[in-house]
Amino acid sequence: MNTFWNEDTMTAPSATDTTGFDVEKVRADFPALHQEVYGKPLVYLDSAASTQKPQIVIDTLAEFYGRYYSNVHRGVHHLSQVATELYEDARRTVRSFLNARHEEEIVFVRGTTEAINLVAQTFGRAEIGPGDEVIVSEMEHHANIVPWQMICQEKGARLRVIPMDEHGDLQLEHFEEMITPCTKIIAVTHVSNALGTVNPVREIIRIAHAHGVPVLVDGAQSAQHLPIDVQELDCDFFTLSGHKIYGPTGIGVLYGRKELLQRMPPYQGGGDMILSVTFEKTVYNEIPYKFEAGTPNIAGAIGLAAALKYYRGFDIDAIVAYEKHLLKYATERLEEIDALRIIGTAREKASAVSFTLCAVHPHDIGTILDQHGIAVRAGHHCAQPVMQKFGIPATARASFSFYNTRQDVDRLVDGINQVLEVFT
Amino acid sequence: MDDIRELYQEVILDHNKHPHNFFAMEDADARLEGFNPLCGDHYTFYLKFDGDRIGEVSFEGSGCAISKASASMMSAVLTGKTPAEADRLFELFTGIVTGKLPPKEHLEELGKLAAFAGVAEYPIRVKCATLPWHTMHGALHGGDERISTE
Repeated sequence: MNTFWNEDTMTAPSATDTTGFDVEKVRADFPALHQEVYGKPLVYLDSAASTQKPQIVIDTLAEFYGRYYSNVHRGVHHLSQVATELYEDARRTVRSFLNARHEEEIVFVRGTTEAINLVAQTFGRAEIGPGDEVIVSEMEHHANIVPWQMICQEKGARLRVIPMDEHGDLQLEHFEEMITPCTKIIAVTHVSNALGTVNPVREIIRIAHAHGVPVLVDGAQSAQHLPIDVQELDCDFFTLSGHKIYGPTGIGVLYGRKELLQRMPPYQGGGDMILSVTFEKTVYNEIPYKFEAGTPNIAGAIGLAAALKYYRGFDIDAIVAYEKHLLKYATERLEEIDALRIIGTAREKASAVSFTLCAVHPHDIGTILDQHGIAVRAGHHCAQPVMQKFGIPATARASFSFYNTRQDVDRLVDGINQVLEVFT
Repeated sequence: MDDIRELYQEVILDHNKHPHNFFAMEDADARLEGFNPLCGDHYTFYLKFDGDRIGEVSFEGSGCAISKASASMMSAVLTGKTPAEADRLFELFTGIVTGKLPPKEHLEELGKLAAFAGVAEYPIRVKCATLPWHTMHGALHGGDERISTE
């Protein structure tokens, strides 16, 4: 720790971050960060669960509801046209953010969970048959396991799992041998929510495509930490959750390669997804509307676009460098604590540190840290197979965003020492 | 720090560190699992009768300090009680940790269990404290999960 400044002037240190990233400028944009919890300044280290929102997103939602609100794709009136324009503008913003080739490859959904369910229930239902196989990895979130299990069960297909080693790196040595003519899709997370591992998805996709198998990349934990280019990745599906990338809750994105989306049957039936309906026959709408039945989350999509524009206003390389620096600093400081074991020591990680403390259950860690104003996640992180792999019931997880500081890390370390004091 | 000590009382920390009756009972009359999927607390409780009374209670498994201490103290308190007395303690215990009963009015009946009164200030932790009691209540009154001695 640096010692050359006075502890009373706690705002000074950020300027000394070696990356030169102006984190205080970022923090000024996030009103929720500037509050006290139990009389202590909030240290928010739960961004992997959900990120806080910048003022511009909050203002955009208020302005939309206050001035431009109406339903989309329906009315001939002025407000409906404005709302439709804003909603479709949001789609264009997402297309640009992911560098998708076509606007219609962007489907608005509730979040990553719905995006994966959509693919499992449409692509999966059409393409997977008895004896077929779906491949996932051992470090998946339940949202990228259960939808596949459901369709496999329904179709008499088999779910196969790419194993990982004790560091939390996928063991890809035998991955290619797992792919057979029965493999219909591979679904793998880009960044593990429980371990922070960054997976070599480009390599996985390259191998899969050599065998003609499409790949879904779960980007719930990656889009807010790494630059995403779906064309460069060459993935067939990519999913993200708006609330994890500074946007509102209840909005997310499914990117799907145009040829695949066109081939897939619709997801839900209803308004907006049809061209014509008679009691004898319904003609489905074009993509992406075929997958957007009912009134969509219009405000959510517009809020998400505001969040993506805000985020893209920064130099993404500077964000990546700063977050890397923060993760390295956190890892080093946490490693100083003898009783602490970091769960997940993969070669490449992004912005989350899971840990256990000798003889202290993560739930107790979470409660005591909370009393010190420090918000972390404690539990199995919806990744029970990961916990089983490491032989633990749960972990505490500190996850970082570009609005976190080195002082946040220091407060976390102090808090953990307080936990140990209570328990020894 | 004082606030957190209200929750993590010495007696709770002691029972967490050195739980009483922490073993799998071979000849139990009843066995029941208690599981909180939210936080992963997972215990198996064993119950042996001695005539009309609870002869012995034991448990094994893993979970947070609150749940483990609660299980440990419960196992000690219930030994020698009738099922009716156990039900009364169940009512009292769940009453104080949910804040529905004022602990001060029941100090004598509660005995050491009064240490859990602080849990009422932490709504998210109530389930940790009550998990052992709910499971034992199920073992005393449930049917299917009972196992017979050989």
